[in-house]
Amino acid sequence: MIEPTARPKLAPKVRLRFDAQTQRYLLLYPEKGMQLNGTAADIVQLCTGEHSVEEIITRLGAKYAPQPPEAIRQEVTSFLNALAERALIQSEP
Amino acid sequence: MSTPAVNRPYTLVAELTYKCPLRCVYCSNPLDYGRHDATLSTEEWLRVLRDAEALGVVQLNLTGGEPLLRPDLEPLVAEAERLQLYTNLITSGIPLTRERLARLRDLGLDNVQISIQDVTAAGAERIAGRKSFERKLQVARWVKELSLPLTLNVVLHRENLDHCGEIVALAEKLSADRLELANTQYLGWALLNRESLLPTREQLARAREIAAAARARLTGKMEILFVTPDYYGDRPKACMDGWGRRFIVVSPDGLVLPCHLAHTLPGLEWESVKERALAEIWERGDALNHFRGEEWMQEPCRSCDRRTIDFGGCRCQAYHLTGDAAATDPACALSPRHALIEAAREQTAPAAAAARKSVALKYRHAPQPRNSVRPRHRSSARDR
Repeated sequence: MIEPTARPKLAPKVRLRFDAQTQRYLLLYPEKGMQLNGTAADIVQLCTGEHSVEEIITRLGAKYAPQPPEAIRQEVTSFLNALAERALIQSEP
Repeated sequence: MSTPAVNRPYTLVAELTYKCPLRCVYCSNPLDYGRHDATLSTEEWLRVLRDAEALGVVQLNLTGGEPLLRPDLEPLVAEAERLQLYTNLITSGIPLTRERLARLRDLGLDNVQISIQDVTAAGAERIAGRKSFERKLQVARWVKELSLPLTLNVVLHRENLDHCGEIVALAEKLSADRLELANTQYLGWALLNRESLLPTREQLARAREIAAAARARLTGKMEILFVTPDYYGDRPKACMDGWGRRFIVVSPDGLVLPCHLAHTLPGLEWESVKERALAEIWERGDALNHFRGEEWMQEPCRSCDRRTIDFGGCRCQAYHLTGDAAATDPACALSPRHALIEAAREQTAPAAAAARKSVALKYRHAPQPRNSVRPRHRSSARDR
């Protein structure tokens, strides 16, 4: 499980690009790719190693304001954990 | 025949040359690769990259043969970077220098995939057909020193399948980001050597367990892929995710193919990017459309629930084993020709293996060059 104080950043093998055909962001890595929905793209764009998980949750909470904070927290942490499991993000201490 | 729906391709497999310093006994290049020596120019490859990206391609595999033998790899990587393609260099590592690798990294290379044949020099070089092992390890270390992501690819077979634990340890020692444990696909040179390479079911089961344990242990650190051989599955693989769906392969001489070996199938006229735009060939080429959709299927595929999952398996395997490219892949237990696969499996049993005389490995080699330089492959409108 990713720590709230961890500052995730994309692993060197990963690159993010906008896809003109689908108007979505794609996360690309060896032999594979993942199409990101709006929230996922927002999260990934904050994975720069500068922002802690807590900060990412706060920022997304502000952006998706009427949504309950717990739902945002849940979505951010479960997505970041999924990325970490596939070694697509690394965490700065 | 109605025109089947054409999918968006995601990956371009650019086979830049069939030339290679290695002579691997399971090489996936066609047996007659020497005939496809009319290579594309730099300009033509640059156009292929641009046209592929416009079609929707986001992944680029630079492969061969040995792609480093192209002196113009640098402008191709630079163009791929401009097009935001995820660029993976699939290499033996042999002709690489640290300086060239650094240059390719600076130009935007995203990942380096190095093949390792076994965990000892003797084992590896017996398969590769030349001295190469120490060099590969050196190149793998450079990749990590230069902060590039490293994939190790190990093709598995009878002679190295029992070394899976050591292979994982080697990948860890080299700090590989991804390890591909890919059982041999028995086509091309591997089919010639099948008797020597096909493992036993027990070997395979042990290796699979080792890979699964390593994957669990290394989750989040190293991605481990274990590709099972279809000779030991009940159902065929969705070869290339289906014919002409997600992958475009362009051969060194510019043929637009759905896989590495489709130009070994008879009766299909493959078209070259030298004569027609990539998008047109992809969408309207007769050969590509031939095995798209389901109309070509025979029973048992035609009425099978899995036809949209495995697409009838591999057309090349169907042809090279049964003589009919439209047949159900004989790897499928439902295929009327499945006995061909069962017979090959039986040959791996200890009794059969002991009774059999030791068979010499057949190394990849080009036919002796002919004096004629005329391209012999029927590939284009020019020949019609």
